[in-house]
Amino acid sequence: MRLSEINPNQSGVVCKIDERSKIRRRLQDLGIISGTLITCTAKSPLGDPSAYRIRQTIIALRKQDADHIIVCEVEPWTK
Amino acid sequence: MDKIIALAGNPNVGKSTIFNALTGMKQHTGNWTGKTVELAHGFKLYGKLKFRIVDLPGCYSLLSFSDEERVARDFLYFSEPDCVIVVCDATCLERNLNLVLQIMEICPQIVVCVNLLDEAEKKQIFVHLNKLSDILGVPVIGTTARNGKGLNKLVGLMARGSVKSHWLDLKPILYPQPIENAIEKLSKTTKELVCNELPFRFTILKLLQQDKAFLNDIKERFLDKEDVYDLLMQEYKQVKIDLEKQGYTPSHIQDIIAETFIKKAEVISESVVDYKNQHYDKKDRLLDKLFTSRLTGFPIMLLFMLIIFWITICGANYPSAIISDFLFSLQDILVDKAQSANIPAEIYQPLLFGVYHVLAWVVSVMLPPMAIFFPLFTLLEDFGYLPRIAFNLDKCFQKCKASGKQALTMCMGFGCNAVGVTGSRIIDSPRERLVAILTNNFVPCNGRFPTIIAIITMFFAGKAANVETSFLSAVILVLVIVFGIFMTLITSKILSHTVLKGIPSSFTLELPPYRRPQIGKVIARSIFDRTLFVLARAVIVAAPAGLVIWLFTNITVNDISILNYCTNFLDPFARLIGLDGVILMAFILGMPANEIVVPIMLMTYLSQGSLTNIEDMNVMKTLLMDNGWTIITAINMILFSLMHWPCTTTCLTIHKETKSLYWTALAIILPTVCGLAICFTFTQLANLII
Repeated sequence: MRLSEINPNQSGVVCKIDERSKIRRRLQDLGIISGTLITCTAKSPLGDPSAYRIRQTIIALRKQDADHIIVCEVEPWTK
Repeated sequence: MDKIIALAGNPNVGKSTIFNALTGMKQHTGNWTGKTVELAHGFKLYGKLKFRIVDLPGCYSLLSFSDEERVARDFLYFSEPDCVIVVCDATCLERNLNLVLQIMEICPQIVVCVNLLDEAEKKQIFVHLNKLSDILGVPVIGTTARNGKGLNKLVGLMARGSVKSHWLDLKPILYPQPIENAIEKLSKTTKELVCNELPFRFTILKLLQQDKAFLNDIKERFLDKEDVYDLLMQEYKQVKIDLEKQGYTPSHIQDIIAETFIKKAEVISESVVDYKNQHYDKKDRLLDKLFTSRLTGFPIMLLFMLIIFWITICGANYPSAIISDFLFSLQDILVDKAQSANIPAEIYQPLLFGVYHVLAWVVSVMLPPMAIFFPLFTLLEDFGYLPRIAFNLDKCFQKCKASGKQALTMCMGFGCNAVGVTGSRIIDSPRERLVAILTNNFVPCNGRFPTIIAIITMFFAGKAANVETSFLSAVILVLVIVFGIFMTLITSKILSHTVLKGIPSSFTLELPPYRRPQIGKVIARSIFDRTLFVLARAVIVAAPAGLVIWLFTNITVNDISILNYCTNFLDPFARLIGLDGVILMAFILGMPANEIVVPIMLMTYLSQGSLTNIEDMNVMKTLLMDNGWTIITAINMILFSLMHWPCTTTCLTIHKETKSLYWTALAIILPTVCGLAICFTFTQLANLII
């Protein structure tokens, strides 16, 4: 599934970033590579963008960008 | 010779705070990403050593192609600093380590500074600094920059780092074997090319990734060794074929290199950071829920705005009156003194009735609201609320094909539009940056607030200045600002569909943790750095303007003053948009600084009547009514104040940022046309109805 389909308080592990994504590099800078765990923490009042916890930081991504990140859903992270 | 120290780090990790603490400079710091957009540098003495400390723009990585990252990377690579301090955020060390590892590739002479230890401690996050130092092979120091903890040690390490040739036990990062093989094959020629001055491994990595801009820079720097460069390219061709046989294309190599850093950072962070409390950011997420949820997000935004303006208006009334009483009674005394000292009227009158008078007005009208508004606004900024505004509003900007970060530049515009224009650099896409620059003027800056507030108070909020009426004023002011935001969106959309066509680019926005603002520092900083700065600018402009006005009103040709010629000339046109010649003239003369529009206007009216002094708002209102003002004039005055040409400083800044007369002209024309059109339409409609 796509990262954009993940609801607040759900988590996913990145399988891959779509080659077509224009911000592939920017997403890598933020630490998004395959295997990275991402949790959706909130949706903005108008439904887009959403906020994600990525390696202990909160990053807001627009739906069109989150669409390019393919994830597998996992249970909320408890270590 | 000065030792050059580079200060690098992710955005919003307290880099500016450390820079200020080390150099004693007052660079503004705020709790959101992308504050430093220019390379600031300052000096620090330590024993016999003199350090030149350069504050690099905050960036997440050196691998991608945004402007800040290129600036930082080129400085680290080509300017060869003697030592690099990499500032990290202890609460999210992992992402920061990614940058540390990348910088180590370019410049091994680094000191890692793990900042914000106090915040980490509060969240029960513990970083094993010694262990980190062992793993990285470079010194690591923990700091809490905002109260100065650890900074002395940092300076000591910096001094050591800048004289030692290399930290001894630095461990290089290993890439997958095929890449390492390629590095091995190319290192001899590369070393010859960059003559051991510049880090050769990093140079080869860039070559393997085919970073064209970087390779061009290298070529230009070593023009005298063109043959070596060509040889390297020859060798690379062979290496490239080998790599591609194994499936390693340049873009694949880019991915692998990026991933190598990230994975190593992950491993290191796992072994040196202890999260004693898995729900360390629970409070932040609760606050986020409050500030960004569907139900409460927008109401709270409006509420914050309302409260800030209410306090500003309410609190500014009394000090304004006191300052104005004092300054104008001083004027009378000065006039007496001048007369008794037999100073000729030709000299003291322009100075006192012209220069002093306008100055007194500007100070008494502007100082109190600014001294209240700026600290309040800075508190919100420090707290970390502004990025949430961008988060909430992004969808609107996206619809207009603009960037959500434009909301941040608008917030800066509240203080000063020139700052908003410069701040637009935080927007990556050049197209969206231009949209933000061209529309920033629709946010009323601090120079225009007092005008708008004064008109609202006089004409809409009732006579007596008390708590209720100031609340009503604040409500109206918020409506005016919401209208300004609405105009920003509309014009952004128009721009995006006409001269600045394009698709919305991607958008990543960090929502930093909330921080408790340091109230004392905020007040001191916003008063000294912002309020007095803006006031000084206004005063500098107001003084000559006062003189010009006085001369205009007192030099007469055929018994009519020059000013009257001008206002009479402008009058018919100004009437069409519901103003009058005097108001329009005031706006034109007020171009150097919007603050002086109302003083100029009042002075012009006064010079035509018998009144010589303004004691309070009621007297002012009477004066305006006597000069034909109606409620329609007042509304037009507010609208035109919100939408007209930007002040001179802003225009110059726009030209500096866009380097284009075309865009500067458009930035002037756009709000002016909107203002004229809206005032005209409103006036004609109102005339029809009344």
